[in-house]
Order: sequence, then structure tokens, then C-alpha cells
Amino acid sequence: MSKKGDWVLLQNVILQPSERAPQVPEDTKQVPLKQWVKGWLTEDAEIGQEATARTRTGRVIKGTLVEEAPAYTHSFGQFIPELLKVQESIKTAMWGEEAQS
Amino acid sequence: MSDLSYQAVMGRKNQIMKAAVGLDYDQFELEGIAFDYERMMASSKLTIQEVMEVMHSFGVGNTPLVELKNITALARRHAKPGYGARIVVKDEACNPSGSFKARRAALSVHIAKQLGYKGVITATSGNYGAAVASCCAKAGLKCIVVQECFDGRGKGQPEIIEKARKCEALGAEVIQLSVGPELFYVFLRLLEQTGYFNASLYTPFGIQGVESLGYEIALQCREQFGKDPEMVVATNAGGGNLTGTARGLLQAGCKAPVVAASVDLKGLHMASDTQFNRKSFTTGHTGFGMPFTTWPDRSDVPRSAARPLRYMQRYVTVTQGEVFYTTEMLAVLEGMERGPAGNTSLTAAFSLAQELPEDAILIVQETEYTGAGKHQNAQLAFARENGITITIGDPSAQTPGESIVLPERPAQIKAVEVDLNRLRRSFINNAFGKDIKMPDAATLAYLAEEINLPHDQTRALIEHMLEESK
Ligand SMILES: Cc1ncc(COP(=O)(O)O)c(C=O)c1O
Repeated sequence: MSKKGDWVLLQNVILQPSERAPQVPEDTKQVPLKQWVKGWLTEDAEIGQEATARTRTGRVIKGTLVEEAPAYTHSFGQFIPELLKVQESIKTAMWGEEAQS
Repeated sequence: MSDLSYQAVMGRKNQIMKAAVGLDYDQFELEGIAFDYERMMASSKLTIQEVMEVMHSFGVGNTPLVELKNITALARRHAKPGYGARIVVKDEACNPSGSFKARRAALSVHIAKQLGYKGVITATSGNYGAAVASCCAKAGLKCIVVQECFDGRGKGQPEIIEKARKCEALGAEVIQLSVGPELFYVFLRLLEQTGYFNASLYTPFGIQGVESLGYEIALQCREQFGKDPEMVVATNAGGGNLTGTARGLLQAGCKAPVVAASVDLKGLHMASDTQFNRKSFTTGHTGFGMPFTTWPDRSDVPRSAARPLRYMQRYVTVTQGEVFYTTEMLAVLEGMERGPAGNTSLTAAFSLAQELPEDAILIVQETEYTGAGKHQNAQLAFARENGITITIGDPSAQTPGESIVLPERPAQIKAVEVDLNRLRRSFINNAFGKDIKMPDAATLAYLAEEINLPHDQTRALIEHMLEESK
């Protein structure tokens, strides 16, 4: 249960696949246009339920509660060995083998 | 209550936009397909000095011009004797929001505040969101940023997620959408609901803000190197970066040729849900660069102030792998860790410098900030997760959306020339729509400016096109 005043993420379907704009490519027409907005719950709600929230600019929005306390989890990703190799080769190209060993 | 259906809102587009940019675009229209570009560009009534003051008031601009001596030395090894221009970069990442977009935002937010709007909305997945959020924070205005961020599986492009974080860190509300041009419908609905200012990337205010960049480059270059640059390279997407920079250079009396550079993303459709996460660049690429150069009036305002074909002397492309490689060069040879998309022009410059003599100055007019998500490692890791092949080899042997090839050696970085006449023809076709005809003198003069050719050559080009269409 999320409480009134909790910071949450709400999701909406803006357009169903059948309502998508005519110029949209076929693959995009297969999926709905979805929207995600964060705000403070105005009433207690459960994950997966319809909920109402107030956003940072004071708009009141409705949508499905999909996440409580949404966090940033993006990162620099997995190690990419090719980039390390490229770095070393650039230094060698500039300063020579000797300077690098 | 008004009808909020897709058709109804799109039908109210013109009236919503008029209220939201504080500008009546009808006043700039001329006979037929023409309009008065320079009159539109004078909308703010500000002089370049006043624009510089607005920049200053937001802590924007005055970024350093840094000579890249090691990268220059490396480029010279691949040029014929006596060749290899001095490569100099304008470190725009030093702006408060981390990119040149701060200039575009500063003037827009200044105008919004002056016109009495309570808040500002902008539709952008790019650095511009953070720029508007940053300026709104300083001006005490509310801010909403609308982004295209996720594909149909709900997978977000890491760079766009990072930009959302930055907007939120600067106090803005962020609305994220899945792929599709109907973002414009959501945007219009919000403008109508809030009554906020539309800080479009394409208003005369935004582009006039970027003029400060070209102006500063000319002044700083003269001060540091005692002369004007021989060439300026600009990363090109929607065209505002190049347009504003070129106009600013001209205002300073600098006639250096401006070269456009984009990442080659040929074959990828920008509105495709399944291709959305198969590209490793979210801006500075041909997916925006080509359509916006050949028809600028596809933006969110009736007439775009970004008209790059008016100002570019050349247009070159580079590959995703080459830009990632050059981003590593900037880090390990110059000690500057910057975002990859902003290094598109630097990548092109490495190749273009080899065509110019050693005493020439080649200016790369920007860098952008980097961080989680917005970094070559994050992008390559994401690409690999999405099934893109990553190898080291010949960078020209790549297919956007399928493979990325990092160069083995600096010598493999080669800017590829785009035929400007092809783009000019495309512009003319788009301007006329279906029925191309020989224009009257006034329209011919307008088109000649748009495609940056003398009148007689413009006429000859249209004659040739008419001949072909028979
Ligand atoms: C860092 C950076 N460089 C270049 C560009 C391209 O600018 P424009 O869209 O005005 O051509 C952008 C815009 O998306 C950007 O964020």
C-alpha cells in the first residue's frame, strides 16, 4: 500500500494501437502510446491500481500506479573491453610503443 | 470543457501555438511559398550586445576556447607535409546545464518571463530539456519537459533517461512517452491545460540565443590567435546549432565557412518503435539532420528559425564508431571527458583539418557534458544488449542499427561528403509540394536564400528539375 503523499510513478495509455496517427510506421502502430509521470499520491493506493497524484508543477494526474519511490538506475553499463583497447591504441599511436610500456 | 481527442486537439494546433509562443507567424508570410526570414529573426528586438547580457544574467556562455594540440599533432601525421590545421574546441560543456543548448534556453526563458508566462514547456529528449530546466530554475518559472524515452517494451534509451534525471535535478517536471510523433498531441494538450510558454527549439528567440556562440567564437579566436578561423564545424540535427552559430559569426564580421557534421544513421526510421533502441546517438545524426535541412518547417512552430541550408558550405557525415573513438581521443590525449554526441563535429574536424594548411585555425564549436547513460561505455553496453555487433576494424564497414565498428587507427577516421546539390533539390521539392514550377522573381530570390546559391544558379537548378520531371 502506498500512502497519500508518497512520491510515485503513474503510467497511462494515451492512444490505443487503433488510435495511432496515420503517418506512424507499422511496428509503432502495433503498440499503444504510453506516458509516465511522477507525482505525490493524493489518496492511498495499491501498485497496479488507478491512482491520482499531484505533479511538481501542481497538475493533478490520474494513471496506473506502477512504482513507489521511483529511483534512477541508469549507469555506465557493462565493461566494454573494446573501449579499453581503443584507449591504449590511441596512446600508442600518439606517444609510441615505448612510452606505453 | 474542450474536446481532448487526438483529432480535436490537433485541429486547434494553430490557436494553441499562437497563445504559447507569443508570436503571430502570419505576419511573416509573403506571397506564395515565401516568408520574411530576417523579419522573423528580429522578433525579440534585442541587439547582439543585449543577447550577450541575457546570457551573462543566466551564467551562460563565455566558455573556454581550447587548442587540442595532441589531437592536432596526430591529425598532421596523416596529412601531406605542411598540412593539418590547428584544432580548437569551444568547451560548451562548461555551461550551467552542460551544453550549448543553455544559450537557446536562456533567451527563450528570458522572453517567457518578460511576456508574463508562469511557466515554460518544452518537447525534447535532448540536452535542451536540462537547459530550459536550468534557466527556469534561475528565473523562478515552472518547467515541464516532454520526452520521447521508451520503446513499446518499456525499455528506455539510457541517454534520455539521464537527461530526465538532470531535468528533475534542476527542479522540472518530466513527462516521458513511448516512441511516436503523437508526442506533439500530448504537448499541445499540456500547453492548452497550463497556459505555459512553448520554449520551442525552433523559435527566433532560441536561435538568436545561439548567435551568442558564433559571436563569442569570432571574438575569442581573434583575441587568442590574432585572426579569424579558416573553418568552423558544427554538429547538425535540427539545424539550430549551425544556424545560430553561423549568424553569430556573421554578426561579428567573420566569414569563415561553416561545415555541418552528422552521425550517419542511414536506414533507421526515427518514428519506428523497434528501431528506436538500435541507435547509439539520440541527436547530431542524419535521422534529424537530413529531413530538417531539406525541410525545416516540420517542427513545432509554423516557420522554423533553424534553416541550416542557408548557412552551410559543406555537409559531412561520420560513423557512430568513429565518434566513440574520437571521444576516447579527447579523453586520453587532451584530458577532457565529454559526451559522445557533442563530439560529432570534432570527429569530422579530425579529418577536415588534414585538408587545411598548418597555420589554419579549425574551430569545433561545442562539447557536451557526460555522465551515467550519456557516455560511450553506456551506449555501447546498451547497443550490445540490443544485439548490435561491436568490433574494432574498418569503421566504414558498418551498418547503422546492426553494427558499430571502432577504428583501429586514427587514420581511418574519414568525413564523408554529402552532395549539397542533392539537399538543395530536395528542399525545392519540399517547398513546392507536388507542383514544382518556375517561380516569379520574388520567390526565386527567396529560394536562392534558402538554398544558399546565386539567383542564376538557383534558376538553373529549378530548370534542370523541371526538365527531368517531364
Ligand atoms: C550537444 C548537442 N550538439 C548538437 C546538437 C544539434 O543541434 P541542432 O538540433 O540545433 O542541430 C544538439 C541537439 O540536439 C546537442 O544537444
